[in-house]
Amino acid sequence: MAKISVKVDGVAYSDDVEPRTLLVHYLRETLGKVGTVVGCDTSNCGACTVHLDGRSVKSCNVLAVQADGHEVTTIEGLADGDTLHPVQQAFHECHALQCGYCTPGMIMQATSFLADNPTPTEDEVRVGMEGNLCRCTGYHNIVKAVMAAAGEGGGAK
Amino acid sequence: MTAVADQPVVEIGSPRLRKEDERLVTGRTRWTDNIQLPGMLHLAMVRSPFAHARVTSIDTEAATAAPGVVAVITGADIAATQGAIANAWPITADQVTPTHLPMVLEHVACVGEIVAAVVARSAAAARDAAELVDVDYEELTAVVDLKVAADDGVLAHPDLGTNRSALWRLDSAEQGSGGNVEEAIAAARAGGILIEREYRQQRLIPAFMEPRSTVVDPTGEQVTVWTSTQVPHILRFLIAATTGIPESKVRVIAPDVGGGFGGKLQTTPEEFVTLAAARRVRKPVKYTETRSESLVSGHHGRDQWQKLTLSATKDGTVTGLKVELLVNLGAYVALIGGGIPVLGAWMYNSIYKFPAYQFNCQTVLTNLPWVDAYRGAGRPEATFAIERIMDELAAEVGVDPLVVREKNWITHEEFPFTSVAGMTYDSGNYEAATARAKELFGYDELRAEQQQRRDAGDPVQLGIGVSTFTEMCGLAPSRVLGSLNYGAGGWENASIRMLATGKVEVITGTSPHGQGHETAWSQIVADRLGVPFEDVEVLHGDTQISPRGLDTYGSRSLVVGGEAVVRAADKVVEKAKVAAAHLLEANADDLEFTGGRFGVKGTDKGIGIADIATAAFTSHSWPEGVEPSIDAEATFDPVNFSFPHGTHLCAMEVDTETGATTMRKYACVDDIGQIINPLIVEGQVHGGLVQGIAQALWEEAVFDDNGTLVSGSFVDYTLPTTADTINFLTDNTTSLATSNTLGTKGVGEAGTIASTPAVVNAVVDAVRHLGINDIRMPLTPERVWRAIQDAEHGSQTPPTAQAQPHFEGDGAQGNQDSGSTGGGQA
Ligand code: FES
Ligand code: FES
Repeated sequence: MAKISVKVDGVAYSDDVEPRTLLVHYLRETLGKVGTVVGCDTSNCGACTVHLDGRSVKSCNVLAVQADGHEVTTIEGLADGDTLHPVQQAFHECHALQCGYCTPGMIMQATSFLADNPTPTEDEVRVGMEGNLCRCTGYHNIVKAVMAAAGEGGGAK
Repeated sequence: MTAVADQPVVEIGSPRLRKEDERLVTGRTRWTDNIQLPGMLHLAMVRSPFAHARVTSIDTEAATAAPGVVAVITGADIAATQGAIANAWPITADQVTPTHLPMVLEHVACVGEIVAAVVARSAAAARDAAELVDVDYEELTAVVDLKVAADDGVLAHPDLGTNRSALWRLDSAEQGSGGNVEEAIAAARAGGILIEREYRQQRLIPAFMEPRSTVVDPTGEQVTVWTSTQVPHILRFLIAATTGIPESKVRVIAPDVGGGFGGKLQTTPEEFVTLAAARRVRKPVKYTETRSESLVSGHHGRDQWQKLTLSATKDGTVTGLKVELLVNLGAYVALIGGGIPVLGAWMYNSIYKFPAYQFNCQTVLTNLPWVDAYRGAGRPEATFAIERIMDELAAEVGVDPLVVREKNWITHEEFPFTSVAGMTYDSGNYEAATARAKELFGYDELRAEQQQRRDAGDPVQLGIGVSTFTEMCGLAPSRVLGSLNYGAGGWENASIRMLATGKVEVITGTSPHGQGHETAWSQIVADRLGVPFEDVEVLHGDTQISPRGLDTYGSRSLVVGGEAVVRAADKVVEKAKVAAAHLLEANADDLEFTGGRFGVKGTDKGIGIADIATAAFTSHSWPEGVEPSIDAEATFDPVNFSFPHGTHLCAMEVDTETGATTMRKYACVDDIGQIINPLIVEGQVHGGLVQGIAQALWEEAVFDDNGTLVSGSFVDYTLPTTADTINFLTDNTTSLATSNTLGTKGVGEAGTIASTPAVVNAVVDAVRHLGINDIRMPLTPERVWRAIQDAEHGSQTPPTAQAQPHFEGDGAQGNQDSGSTGGGQA
């Protein structure tokens, strides 16, 4: 067991974890942050994307111990109280989700992408979101939502 | 229904943002895997690495001794309680149907079958211990190739004596819906056009994003099963039917479900093993599959050889179509696995007025994972084949593909039209959809550009693909299902509870998993009852809340389930009217209902429906002899299918030097009847398109000679990404369905059904001048490049040259049944 201290969605946690525990399992099983989901076992789908110190990571590709001393933001910590983050709002308004399973990862990836590139072209969005799979939407409205959020200053934290 | 005839329509047709979204975009979700129960244990499966084997021994000692392990379960332990995986649709009376057990007892028929399971304190402990279960297998020869399997040389199930499961046939001359196809073919051979092609529908994996998960809690009076399914009601029924647990002791809940596309239209071994394990250890148990498990153990889709013979006169008027399918069922006949290709029987003739038609479908068992519904289910296969061969006909005649289609399609004046397969299409307008699609696409400009590139010898050639399609939705009239030996009805149920505070609960038997029923049903009810959209709550997916339903698949939810909602709402109004007359001291005949309010004609007296709900609650003043409730329930059984149609146009650029293809433009115009929510419709079309395009260009489940899945993870089974796809041009034309009150037709599968042939036709069109008339899906750059190389070196032969005569001799043995049921082959 290893002891880790990590701040998740603004709350400080201190836990003993097995060294092999993935960050996503720590979030879901130990902290109950089940808003972040698992879609694959090969780090291909991006469903588990969270922010580690403000940058997107696939949390199935990070060990919980690697988050020790760092700050994690999940989909559950993105909105400001009842006010949705501009990217969340854009996903809603552009109908960029159907079943919603890919959505937490999509939104976390999009926010991180827009922080790096606040005024992307459509092609840049398509490349920037490539690591996140969605089986429902055909991506049309996801790309539209990211572009719309960029227009609304969605890159700003 | 008279009372509601004049309802103002404000919600239906409006692009309401979805109610479902707020939870989903904030991570406030209820996926099955999120569920934690007190004392809950975790399950891991031990799966066969072999496609065909006999289990000779299982040593569970080391696993049982591992830390945190509560139980190790083998087939022998649960043989009496585990139930069975049912085939609900034996397509012929003598269909060969292997017994399908959730956990194998001895004989393994495909890779990934469950041979043991471990129950432990944590998922990690269960998985670790599963590795310690020592299974000895005697390997048997696996039959993997479909055509080889059809010859019965190696048997997938040696005890059955054959791999041939069933032969199903529809013949227009026999059933009296058209002429004799053999005569049409003979005439064409003598002096017309005869085109023979064989197409391959590769095997696909539905690949919903949420891996399947099941939690079973046996600690209450009812066993509660949460599961990631499209079909909670069907699962409840089949648990009761196969395990002996009384139906009244089973509650099934489909909480938030992350996509299905047919892939969760199944009752799975995993569900039954989890149920058996939980009952055995008497504790709640959870099983969640990994993606790798999901890809191999969830059912697959498609996997057919399609042989088509099309006869026509020299001007391109089709005189007959004969279809011979060889269908890979995989190792078992899944829930509706045998019936999936049969759903295509009425669709190969598509939008056309073919005078003669015959459809033959031979289903075959192999040692591959079983095949069942995947988005479109039988209809994409049919649409692909007919739309591909119509392009071949156009090439033969030397005209534009749209010209040959128009020559043969049903004109809008001819509806209702009874097709050569015997289906009555109620409405449609192919001319209108095609005209709009051409306009949206810029058809003539792109054709001109194509010609320029061709003339200039541009290494990057442009191709234009056409797909004019129809499909049958709204599964299904129960009588029709009965005539096909399907094991259930096709009705749908809804009820409406008018709460004391004026809020409305709508209970639907459909089970959405991304389709937005909460929003769309709210729109319908808001209009019918004249209540605010926000006041309507839609409940579903829990057999305790929604006891009756037949769930969500086959683009049926709106057409059948939505109509049940309409009828329940209309009954509420009828009941409320009696109370309104009493409360207003008026004659019911003098009342009119608009905007949620009963008014006395010619006066300003009136009462709102919410106030009537409150009056029912208090019952202080209620008409004598009338029960104090305005709640209502309705069950709707459709009398016909609905027939959405559309015209899809695709432009593909093909680099003739590398074989790389790029989608340049895609435009589609779908006629899906009345649209409830255009935003949701567009989303369904986009998602459907990409699934169909993915079949054309990228996806294929690949197995090695031993029957092991090679494309067993998302590294190898390549789903499209944002970078692979483009924006789509979509629009709608509308001809209302006549089979339901609102005139809806269904949209869930349209994009998938139509897009695959549009893409392949476009690629073939780009290189046809090089002498290429087919490339097998998926059209990878390598396959396209090879086709070009082969054509240049003169070795492109018509695909029929390689076609095996697998149906020779079978044709005469079809069933003698009247109508369209199939008969088996001896
Ligand atoms: S779960 Fe698929 S990338 Fe992390
Ligand atoms: S919305 Fe279902 S996977 Fe993206």
